[in-house]
Amino acid sequence: MSRLDELSIEEASRRLASREISSRELTEACLARIEVTEPKVGSFLEVTAQLARQQADDADRRLAATGTRTSDTTALTGIPIALKDIFLTKDVRTTCASRILENFIPTFDATVVARLRRAGAVLLGKLNMDEFAMGSSCENSAMQLTRNPWKLDRVPGGSSGGSATCVAAHQALGSFGTDTGGSIRLPAAFCGVAGIKPTYGRVSRYGVIAFASSLDQVGPMASTTRGAALLLQTVAGKDPLDSTSIDAPVPDYAGAIGTAPTVKGLRIGIPREYFVEGLDADVEAAVRAAIGKLQDLGATIVEVTLPHTEYAVATYYIVATAEASSNLGRYDGVRYGRRRGEEQGLRDMYGESREQGFGAEVKRRIMLGTYVLSAGYYDAYYSKAMRVRTLIRRDFEQAFERCDVIATPTAPATAFEIGSRTDDPLKMYLSDILTISVNLAGLPGMSIPCGLDSAGLPIGLQLIGKPLDELTLLRTAAAYEDSCHWHRVSAELKP
Amino acid sequence: MSAARSYYQEGGFETVIGLEVHCQLATASKLFCGCSAAFGAGANEHTCPVCLAMPGVLPVLNRCAVDYAIRAALATDSTINTNSRWARKNYFYPDLPKAYQITQYEQPYCEHGRVTFDLDGTEHTVRLTRIHMEEDAGKSVHDAHASWSLVDLNRAGVPLLEIVSEPELRSGAEASAYMRKMRSLVRYLGISDGNMNEGSMRCDANVSLRKRGATTLGTRAEIKNLNSFRSIERAIAYEIERQAEILLGGGAIVQETRLWDADRGVTRSMRSKEEAHDYRYFPEPDLLPLVIDDAWIERARSELPELPDARRGRFVTSYGLSGYDSGVLTASKELADWFEAAVAAHDNPKALANWITSEVLRIANESGAEGETDFSQLPFAPEHLAALVRLIDDGTISGKIAKTVFSKMVESGDDPAAIVAREGLVQVTDEGAITAIVDSVVAANTAKVAEYKSGKDKLFGFFVGQVMKESQGKANPASVNRLLKERLDG
Repeated sequence: MSRLDELSIEEASRRLASREISSRELTEACLARIEVTEPKVGSFLEVTAQLARQQADDADRRLAATGTRTSDTTALTGIPIALKDIFLTKDVRTTCASRILENFIPTFDATVVARLRRAGAVLLGKLNMDEFAMGSSCENSAMQLTRNPWKLDRVPGGSSGGSATCVAAHQALGSFGTDTGGSIRLPAAFCGVAGIKPTYGRVSRYGVIAFASSLDQVGPMASTTRGAALLLQTVAGKDPLDSTSIDAPVPDYAGAIGTAPTVKGLRIGIPREYFVEGLDADVEAAVRAAIGKLQDLGATIVEVTLPHTEYAVATYYIVATAEASSNLGRYDGVRYGRRRGEEQGLRDMYGESREQGFGAEVKRRIMLGTYVLSAGYYDAYYSKAMRVRTLIRRDFEQAFERCDVIATPTAPATAFEIGSRTDDPLKMYLSDILTISVNLAGLPGMSIPCGLDSAGLPIGLQLIGKPLDELTLLRTAAAYEDSCHWHRVSAELKP
Repeated sequence: MSAARSYYQEGGFETVIGLEVHCQLATASKLFCGCSAAFGAGANEHTCPVCLAMPGVLPVLNRCAVDYAIRAALATDSTINTNSRWARKNYFYPDLPKAYQITQYEQPYCEHGRVTFDLDGTEHTVRLTRIHMEEDAGKSVHDAHASWSLVDLNRAGVPLLEIVSEPELRSGAEASAYMRKMRSLVRYLGISDGNMNEGSMRCDANVSLRKRGATTLGTRAEIKNLNSFRSIERAIAYEIERQAEILLGGGAIVQETRLWDADRGVTRSMRSKEEAHDYRYFPEPDLLPLVIDDAWIERARSELPELPDARRGRFVTSYGLSGYDSGVLTASKELADWFEAAVAAHDNPKALANWITSEVLRIANESGAEGETDFSQLPFAPEHLAALVRLIDDGTISGKIAKTVFSKMVESGDDPAAIVAREGLVQVTDEGAITAIVDSVVAANTAKVAEYKSGKDKLFGFFVGQVMKESQGKANPASVNRLLKERLDG
């Protein structure tokens, strides 16, 4: 590989540490690549070029001090990355791809952002997404369309669409997204990159604009599993500002994966409920081939069952919308955000601000969530959904008595055409059918590329782990990657 | 309304009242962020991204507020639930920045308590349904600007306890006495300043009537905005009459929320049951369930101060005071502390108790706001009163002179010994001087002396009065008595 923007994080990190390259060179390569490719893919809502150059120069000074007593570099020092526009970035506009926040400039950094800054990562900019992370295609952004770098008439997946495209198009070496029902794994699968949604509570949600608080989780994307591991270990761990963050030690994931990860003796569970009618033939073939490869590498394959899978989508759309309807109440035009300013009285101000500020999908979910929490409906919907959620979690607990990792397709099909599902919300919701249960159960899950379909579009292999066992997921993914070439195939940005 | 009043007064109806008391906890910081919870700063000075509900912020529980809440639970004999949950109560209002209030709904931290209070010498016990913790909203100001409402979020997120009683109160006087006891308790516990005029303590009353002897509850009205003892009594009295009037007219009470209008002295309808908000409560996903284990409870118990009922008992046994006086002195922690500071300075609890329950309380009630006894505004300290009583006890001044000294102490705040010296009020104990006055009084009233000697004993008081007058009240009364007796009877 000759182009700097095509380097993996681990390779760039090695070259930065050895001073073969500078962060400024690496950052300029990414900025140049953004300039060339952005008109085609539309990943970025804002490119923070000036900030990136300044951070790159800072990183180079830190790297120059390597080996001295003042050395404070990390594996991410000088690595250019980008962030979904859901993370609060001090003094950098943060919109959540919504009109209601189109001029919102945060006064503080999300914990994740603060940790990345401290580690010396370089921020290239803020990435497009579905408005308030509600969507599976990135088409619900109020700002712009983002296209799949593999085939520009396809969606990149959502909601963290920009986070996947910027990695797939080599605009950034890595990125962060959030995953509430599949919003990291689905776009990772559609764009052929590695993406991980950690255990609920693994990464702080402080400063991450909330969609559904009991499901939202922050995670990284990168072209390789090892790159994603380096990003994850930088941001994971207890945060006193997030009461739901888990106080458990964070392993050195990249170090633990090492150079020769093995899956010998690993029991991989295959849930029959995830290989059913409606699963695209190319997807099924590629995923089964990947599982076969893992078996060749020494893993044992066991069949498991997750009997409540069929209720996951319905459960999810009750729990997530209920929480969202409450979380989005604060966008009322009073303290910040959009407000027309000619309104007649309080009700009118609320009505006008929210009518103009929110897009159709966000309104649909607010209404749905308000309904399921209403007096007289709470027991039939929300309360019942919480009970089903417990059953889904129990399904996984029982399955994990027989296996260490569960392997499934990430999505039933590859990236669909832009505009093909926008008129049919239910069909759109079904894109997440294979990823949603993982969020309901609070488990770690990841997606890695495992092939291309007949149209040349990437296929994702989903790996699901036990609570806090991200390491086994990463090790399995890395072992698979080491035995194949899928992560090295690049998108060509063609129509 | 006279028919209703007389029917009520004849005992036709029984009043049923339950109170929901809101009490601000006096923690240094807010319930879910580090902002100061203090009253009185400039608008929006005590705010941060969390209590302003900026996007992406999360609540972190202030454990000190839980410490305080546990104290309240222990002081009311409540059952503390090991596991309780936070819930969101959703509604839109500009002074509620998140558009939801974090409160406790289905699983409060404490239930099944009770509170006893005294009213006109009778002890009453009221059971508590529950106590829960929640955050306060901000403050809307509607009259400061012609076309805008202003919002001050200093109070948004300040911790509150909501103390819900069973419907076991039977009159406005009982409700008010219960509220006084509640305020006394939270002040004793040191968990709230209990200042009703600053809104630190306020209540809503659920009021209904039923025919005496009925066992089911009548339809209730909830009266909001009761922020003084007087409001509680007046609003409930008004509401009783309003409801009795309707019931006697053959009408039915509408379940509704009513607002007390103190200026006009009426309650008026705010919203009916049909218009009631649907708060869409659900468990707060941003906070873990609250776990209060035995160790936490025991630590709180060991830090519990002496409570009013125990202190009252101790005043009877260790100071030899009457139950009534002990009750008066321990009704507020401030007063009991004041009394004990005086006793520490001069060991004559009975005399000090008499001075305090008569003179000092009168002064304190005059200087405090309505229903508030304000000891911080007293111009003199407990040590001053102790010094005054000591001057009586060691014979420096008489009890009568002491009243004069007390008045001057109230005016000036000066030390009583200094007042006595300055005003020359030292008691005359020099028997020679007193004998001289006695002699002059006897000499000037020969006719009265003759009457006295002929058996009109009652005149003795006249001679005492004359001697005291001549001495400007400074003569030692015991000496005057003895010397007069010797002179007249001798």
